[in-house]
Amino acid sequence: MLTQLRTLLRYRMLIHSLVARDLKARYRGSVLGFLWSFINPLLMLLIYGLVFGYVLVVPRSPTVEPYFLFLFCGILPWTWFQASIAESAGSLIAGGNLIKKVLFPAEVLPVVNVLANLAQFGLGLPILLAFLVYERKLGWSALMLPLPVLVQLVFTIGLALLVAALTVHFRDIQSILAHLLHLWFFATPVIYAYVEVKPSLRAILKLNPMTHLVIAYQQMLFDDRFTDWRGLMGAAAAAVVLFGLGAALFDRLRDTLAEEV
Amino acid sequence: MSADSSVVARELRKVYRRFVHKNQFKTLKSAIVSGSLLTDLTPDETFTALDGVSFEVKKGTTFGVIGENGSGKSTLLKLLAGITKPTSGSLEVRGRISALIELGAGFHPEISGRENVAINGIMLGLTRQEVAERFDAIVDFAELKPFIDAPVKTYSSGMYMRLGFAVAIHVDPEVLLIDEVLAVGDEAFTRKCLDKIGEFRRHGKTIVIVSHSLGLVERMCDDVLWLRRGKTVERGDPKRVVDAYLIYVAGGEDALLAREHGQGASAPEPAAPAPEAEGQAEPGAYQEGRWGGREVELLEVSLRDAADRERHVYVPGEAMTIVMKVRAQKTVEDFVFGVGFFTADGVSVYGTNTHIEDFTAKSLLGEAEVRFRIEQLSLVEGSYLVDVAAHRKDGTPYDYHRGLYSFRVKSRVKDVGVHRPAHTWSFSGGALLRPPVPRPELDLTEES
Repeated sequence: MLTQLRTLLRYRMLIHSLVARDLKARYRGSVLGFLWSFINPLLMLLIYGLVFGYVLVVPRSPTVEPYFLFLFCGILPWTWFQASIAESAGSLIAGGNLIKKVLFPAEVLPVVNVLANLAQFGLGLPILLAFLVYERKLGWSALMLPLPVLVQLVFTIGLALLVAALTVHFRDIQSILAHLLHLWFFATPVIYAYVEVKPSLRAILKLNPMTHLVIAYQQMLFDDRFTDWRGLMGAAAAAVVLFGLGAALFDRLRDTLAEEV
Repeated sequence: MSADSSVVARELRKVYRRFVHKNQFKTLKSAIVSGSLLTDLTPDETFTALDGVSFEVKKGTTFGVIGENGSGKSTLLKLLAGITKPTSGSLEVRGRISALIELGAGFHPEISGRENVAINGIMLGLTRQEVAERFDAIVDFAELKPFIDAPVKTYSSGMYMRLGFAVAIHVDPEVLLIDEVLAVGDEAFTRKCLDKIGEFRRHGKTIVIVSHSLGLVERMCDDVLWLRRGKTVERGDPKRVVDAYLIYVAGGEDALLAREHGQGASAPEPAAPAPEAEGQAEPGAYQEGRWGGREVELLEVSLRDAADRERHVYVPGEAMTIVMKVRAQKTVEDFVFGVGFFTADGVSVYGTNTHIEDFTAKSLLGEAEVRFRIEQLSLVEGSYLVDVAAHRKDGTPYDYHRGLYSFRVKSRVKDVGVHRPAHTWSFSGGALLRPPVPRPELDLTEES
């Protein structure tokens, strides 16, 4: 795990260039170009806002009003997580040429995906903050935001390494992953509030590190408070373990990557 | 590892593993269920690509690896580059490595050549600063200045390769690995690449070359390794190893054995063509190379234009002279000089020699120059390979260079075939044709 960290540090310049390239190339050739980074989260917000605000109107506690803003607080970090994992799954196969033909540190590829999506998250954040200011929701607790971001970064990189290395050997993962992520999305209090869930179900939700991360974002941004310290610590521990696991598995499979890709 | 070695390989073995893919999902499921994910990733079948290969490359020398397809050459190069790890055995490589295995691997099609150069340079181990310093040299070398800000997806494959080669070569490695990549671009660029590689050699860099181009290997390498099915067949002096390989390719194992037992004083038929065989090799059997006893040696061969300048591109109708510098250490009385032309796919165009044309050899001693002048190259557009040879009247070769030289004919007229006889069209009666607008052939005299 330490060697993995060292590799990543050593190649930070390469990672930096690749993230920049990824962001540049992402919307190259589209008319709206870079604006898509802003439009994407807004569109997603619009869809969920329409469905759960007007079509499937369920009684909601007044603590989650205005609902679309509450939704935004969860969707933004979730999109970062989900897109990172989905892209990482195929990253080694897509970058097969590099792994097979050039002496290239393969772990860079999933990490670049996670960081590029973090950058997208960073681009969406000002829009969210602007809305929060408009609705007079933003408070000092928002300054704690780097904490869940850091935990989520470690967690996502760990999972990305794991998924990327395994997908090379089991291509099935790529197919099933979209559905698993969809399920995970509903098992995370993004479109609903944690407090609205039946206590019996809460026990299950609690086991999901993403639950605590999303709660952290929602509380810090939407409620201007943060109470779930235990949950966040738990998520941080899970993140470190997952990173260790991902790094170890990646290391174990590294030599087979160039042959199997 | 002694101080003057760049590469030391001992008993290298590489076993590739194959997984039976139809069982993959079962494996994944059972792996997750039983929690034995790592142990289940064991191979079902293995393939030994390299089997106990040992060698050493001295610093500043050029090392060639030859062998048939599937002999393990590329695997060896991948091991040297650190892309894969040996299954067993030890391998030490000293100094920064640059591998010309796949040029332009990692170029992103959507972004410009400029940005790709920057990222590719960093991938190959340069710092941002170093890339910036070398940027102009890279672009100049690739001859892509006008296109450098266009996305790489708009590049032709030749441009793509040129840029890839230019970046890789400017990494300034101490050890350069080259895998069959010199077939990029046109002749001019290939020659530029070869020049650059020559410069590397002069600067005392270590080079490992994997190639099917035996002429190239023999010319450039100090030491050659011949692999067959992952094992070393021979290693050592380029001439000796390449000759042995050619004999093997021509005659198979029997010839090799015969030769080893000293029974093969006269090499088998394809390796020692009879005097009239120049220009009659079977298409497909054409394989470039060099062999012979060297009692008469062809030191230098060049193709020259009417102004006696070395040139490799001609237009139809131009004069071309093949100049051979030859040397005989002792007086030789039985000798024939011959030349032959082939199309790129090995079809004979023309062949002749001094014996066929009834010259009588008297004596040859020391250095001499032989010129074969063609008044008019009556050929259609295309690439042509040249054989030159010195041999006995009975065909025993002194020095046979097969396909080591080439030239290209360029023409505005896209006629077909091989030979373009001097001709005219005329029409009478009811046939009315508008004569073509006169289009002079390209003037190549200024091109080098």
